[in-house]
Amino acid sequence: MRKNIRIKHALLGLLLAGATTLASASDAEQIAKGKSLFMNKKKGNCIACHMINDPDANLPGMQGPPIVAMQARFPDINILRAQIWDATVRNPNTIMPPFGRHWILSEDEIDAVVAYIYQY
Amino acid sequence: MKIITSWLAGAALALIAGMSSAASTGNTIATVDPEADRLALQAYFQKRFPEVELADYGNGIYALDAASRAQWEELEEFPPYEFDIEEGEELFNTPFANGKSYADCFENGGIGVRQNFPYWSEQQDQVVTLELAINQCRTANGEKKLGWKKGKIAQISAYMAFTSAGELIDIKVPNDKAKAAYLDGKAQFYSRRGQLNMSCANCHLQGVNIPIRADRTGPTLGHVTHFPVFRSKWGALGTLHRRYGGCQNNVRGTALKAQGEEYRNLEFFMSYMSNGLAVNGPGSRK
Ligand code: HEC
Ligand code: HEC
Repeated sequence: MRKNIRIKHALLGLLLAGATTLASASDAEQIAKGKSLFMNKKKGNCIACHMINDPDANLPGMQGPPIVAMQARFPDINILRAQIWDATVRNPNTIMPPFGRHWILSEDEIDAVVAYIYQY
Repeated sequence: MKIITSWLAGAALALIAGMSSAASTGNTIATVDPEADRLALQAYFQKRFPEVELADYGNGIYALDAASRAQWEELEEFPPYEFDIEEGEELFNTPFANGKSYADCFENGGIGVRQNFPYWSEQQDQVVTLELAINQCRTANGEKKLGWKKGKIAQISAYMAFTSAGELIDIKVPNDKAKAAYLDGKAQFYSRRGQLNMSCANCHLQGVNIPIRADRTGPTLGHVTHFPVFRSKWGALGTLHRRYGGCQNNVRGTALKAQGEEYRNLEFFMSYMSNGLAVNGPGSRK
């Protein structure tokens, strides 16, 4: 029995370790994908309006606030996601395009952009 | 921190922009008042950019942004549209096959009349722009129409604008039908379009002089005064409706037909907004 439990624990540990390495690999991928959407003129093109403290952010625009202190300003990540999904909900006059409502980005792509900017 | 403070300056501007929509009058025939709209638009820009002279708005973004103005002034030292004015003059003066010419179609022989276009034509029951009148003149005299967006029509239009330099734009809304056309143009200016869901007003009112990537959008006040325009990006002269199409494509929308009713009404509205400013076309832009 004891032996069995040990084995079970070891297996569980292995499983968990596996899960976390899997998760972090996909996090990095997710963030890289989000970054390219953020910069790509044909996709998010967030850089057209937002500064971000990423060395690859070249000639950012200033129509919107700089992407800083995201975790502090959006402790609830869902509120941040909602801002990107449809910025007109919070401000009907906003110039920011409704990326989700208008199918500019897919749901997955929005998740990726959120993952990317949530680091800043 | 520097990022935040420099953004704050922009944010303050955007806030002012958000609060005061320059369209002060209504969106029905009964409530819309072109003259009140025009004065509200002027007041909006003068409040937001108090140091800029009203007369300078004909220079677009260069009236507001000193850095791009310096580049532009260099460009204007050897005006890239000079050849087009000469070419336009020649085209203008070349008789049609029937012996008549453009001069026969316009008041005052077509010299110094730019400021009166577009106008509401009672007879045609529509807005007549300068380019439309040029092509109507051709077809009335048995000639083929010219393409609307560039080339010869832009050159003729450029020459006609050039002979009107300094004349003050003087658009009239003489009756309710004209008012309906004005209202349609106003609605187009303020309506959100395209996948990006942006209106002309988002960029040329609210977002004026705030960087979108490396560009800064110019104010709508004075937008029409210097057309047709020699745009470096085009490497050629183009008409106002060509530019409209470009802006609509940029918001991932569908450009409408040059000289279709929608764009003529939009031009009618935008030109009325610039009443009192001097004709200074053709112009040059980045
Ligand atoms: C055309 C301009 C424009 C584009 C493009 C744009 N935004 Fe915005 N964004 C704004 C403006 C302006 C605001 C300010 C809020 C408002 O207008 O309601 C804003 C606000 C935000 C905010 C809230 C910031 C805060 O601290 O309150 C986030 C986050 C954001 N944008 C992310 C994005 C992302 C991610 C993209 C691209 C997928 C994007 N934006 C594209 C203009 C834009
Ligand atoms: C996403 C932002 C955006 C939107 C929306 C937009 N424009 Fe523009 N527009 C620009 C930029 C950038 C320029 C080039 C800089 C300038 O001259 O303002 C420009 C230039 C112009 C010009 C030429 C200005 C000049 O001085 O020669 C005209 C006219 C114009 N736009 C009209 C319109 C109209 C009409 C609409 C709506 C149908 C519209 N724009 C929508 C961004 C926009």
